[in-house]
Amino acid sequence: MTMRIVTGNRLDDGAVIYLGADERWTETIGCARVAADDAGLDNLLAIAAKAETEGLVVTPYAVPVSVESGAIWPVHIKEAIRAKGPTVRPDLGKQAGGCSAAA
Amino acid sequence: MALIRSGEVVDDPWLRVADDQDVPDGPVIVTLARWQDARANLSEHHGPLGIALRSDQSPSLIAGDLDRFALVALDFPAFTDGRAYSYARLLRERYGFKGEVRAVGNVLRDQLAFMVRCGFDAFEIADADAAQTFKKALGEITVAYQPASDPRRPAMDLRHG
Amino acid sequence: MYRYDEFDRTLVAERVAQFRDQVARRVAGDLSEDEFKPLRLMNGLYLQLHAYMLRVAIPYGVLSSRQMRKLAHIARVYDKGYGHFTTRQNIQYNWPKLTDVPDILNELAEVEMHAIQTSGNCIRNVTADHYAGIAADEIEDPRVYAEIMRQWSTLHPEFSFLPRKFKIAITGAPNDRAAVKVHDIGLRMQRNEAGEPGFEVLVGGGQGRTPMIAYTVRDFLPPRHLLSYLEAVLRVYNQLGRRDNKYKARIKILVHETGAENFTRMVEEEWQALKDSPLDLPEAEIDRIKSYFAPPVYENLSDATAELDLWRAGDRAFDMWVDANVAQHRVPGYAIANISLKPIGGVPGDATADQMEAIADLAERYGSGEIRVSHEQNLVLGDVKQHDLYRLWRELKRLDLATPNLGLISDMIACPGLDYCSLANARSIPIAQEISERFADLERQHDIGELKVKISGCINACGHHHVGHIGILGVDKKGVEHYQITLGGSADQHAALGKIVGPAFSGEQVTDAVETIVETYLEIRETGESFLEAFQRAGLEPFKERLYGAH
Repeated sequence: MTMRIVTGNRLDDGAVIYLGADERWTETIGCARVAADDAGLDNLLAIAAKAETEGLVVTPYAVPVSVESGAIWPVHIKEAIRAKGPTVRPDLGKQAGGCSAAA
Repeated sequence: MALIRSGEVVDDPWLRVADDQDVPDGPVIVTLARWQDARANLSEHHGPLGIALRSDQSPSLIAGDLDRFALVALDFPAFTDGRAYSYARLLRERYGFKGEVRAVGNVLRDQLAFMVRCGFDAFEIADADAAQTFKKALGEITVAYQPASDPRRPAMDLRHG
Repeated sequence: MYRYDEFDRTLVAERVAQFRDQVARRVAGDLSEDEFKPLRLMNGLYLQLHAYMLRVAIPYGVLSSRQMRKLAHIARVYDKGYGHFTTRQNIQYNWPKLTDVPDILNELAEVEMHAIQTSGNCIRNVTADHYAGIAADEIEDPRVYAEIMRQWSTLHPEFSFLPRKFKIAITGAPNDRAAVKVHDIGLRMQRNEAGEPGFEVLVGGGQGRTPMIAYTVRDFLPPRHLLSYLEAVLRVYNQLGRRDNKYKARIKILVHETGAENFTRMVEEEWQALKDSPLDLPEAEIDRIKSYFAPPVYENLSDATAELDLWRAGDRAFDMWVDANVAQHRVPGYAIANISLKPIGGVPGDATADQMEAIADLAERYGSGEIRVSHEQNLVLGDVKQHDLYRLWRELKRLDLATPNLGLISDMIACPGLDYCSLANARSIPIAQEISERFADLERQHDIGELKVKISGCINACGHHHVGHIGILGVDKKGVEHYQITLGGSADQHAALGKIVGPAFSGEQVTDAVETIVETYLEIRETGESFLEAFQRAGLEPFKERLYGAH
């Protein structure tokens, strides 16, 4: 059973965001809501689709993740890089602690 | 759906006739397929004739018959399908068509100015405030770098008087 | 360089206002993302892996110092203090906010810059030889025609929704530094028998999934027919290019599927109807644009060879820099100085805001206030006096911009790759960094000689890997980054596509593989033979054997 979360980008600044609890979007992948099955994922995607029409997120989609001791992490390298920031600039992006877009 | 002509919302006198429908009198728009099938009959039609071309149907296919038509409708199945821009220009500049060239399909505000420049003079727009939208869209860019089908003089022309 | 008149200024200002309105409508929800996306792409704004990315146009790669300072300012105020110069002579910012972009465009308009048509299915930035106007081998300055094409292609009402993107490149010299043969349309300046200048017109080149070398659709086209001929090509493409499959939508596919002969016939037929029309270029307009590219006033100097030899004998680092990075200027006493944006272990093509500003200053003090961007992601200061070279070099050194590696193995082209780009399969920058560090020894690099390594993170080939002497293509092999190596590509007038050498290498293996390839070359090379020449002589075999063992 693949665990999945839903992600997208914030409309006004392009920041990478994840669908979390209470239909809210978070910049922290650790706070994302995990769907354990297809029905769960459909639910998350429906919430995301509605959020998209409201301009809260751009082009949401599902991301397979592993969950180990509560820690959520993407299975694929692209989403792992997306969750952290450019590997060649550890001073930029989420990994640097600041917010994603230009200050 | 509103029809814009000369910047105003107008009533549409034209009737789109499906390929399997009988053709009534009056202004009718038929498809290319219908025209090719029923050319002889349609030549006897009482009223103006219009033809609707799909985005994969070049006006070169009807170039010899253009004097039969008062209207050519060019389709934008998706607004990203830009073939009709070339078709409109060919109609105006190559074949000298003086009738109505109508944009139908996915006709959106941000492409209207391009359409006008290519020779479209009628637009089927799904817009609540079509006339206002049309006016705004056309007023946004006043400089044209290149000659096209509209009477606007390109910058190169204006620079050298 | 070109200066806007009231028409240019008005158009750019109106375009900014139009985009501001489009952004407002998007934020208000009046435009869906599907409706907005082509509009923002036509203004160079992508949504990438971490954020939006804005690609600002640098027409045919030419910048004034004033414009470079503005680019630095934008990096500082609206982004994260740096920018990336691209293989189409543009600059990219990786972290702008959508809601800031209209203001960024406004600031760009202040210095006669914009981001119009740097993306989207329309005609993109026309690129040119980065030594235009100053190269010793030049027939005529191609930037004049690049500017004419820029204007003609801007907001062209018929060609704003093409089947796919459209890229034009022009070279004014027989040595093609603009890679015209791998563009949708390539133009090579020629002289006919009467000595009059004109263009060889090439169509259907391109890289990506199905790389192809352009073919000659017309041997000689007089300048006054330039726009009408281009319009004929574009009109044929707009009508007949495939729209059913994104990967088969470029003009190269249309040429391939139609056949060159048929394609030529269609273009020439369309052109017959278009020539001798309002698209004809009046001499007056060509002259008007030419006047903007009139050369600066050069002093009457002789070559400072003795002086330079002295400095070079006394400083090996300077000697290497002159050897690799300084090219011959057509005016005696002057030189072309290349600024390498490939410091050992650095991110290829990136420059900080501080560096950009310093370069703007250097261009004013040592050059003619003009900077060029090459499609190999480096910068150029033309019009440097030879006797200023040593001083200039010392200033560049302080800025970490003096790596003497132009055309050498560490002067790699690398696309942003999976570190930044949502299209990528693999990262390219860390590979470039590792290779650079492996070959950090500059004496070794100079001994190896010219060796162009080009790295793309995916098949879209923004890193131009197909035309690298060594090409590296990132692929996804069961979720793990792997790299396929090609050999023998070339982007110049003898354009060739690289040949795959064998199965892909893992990220850990690829630098070793490159070193093996270099060592093989050094073993087999005959006196004075470059890597490319050795490969052309010996073929793939020796490299395959060393890399994969006898088979």
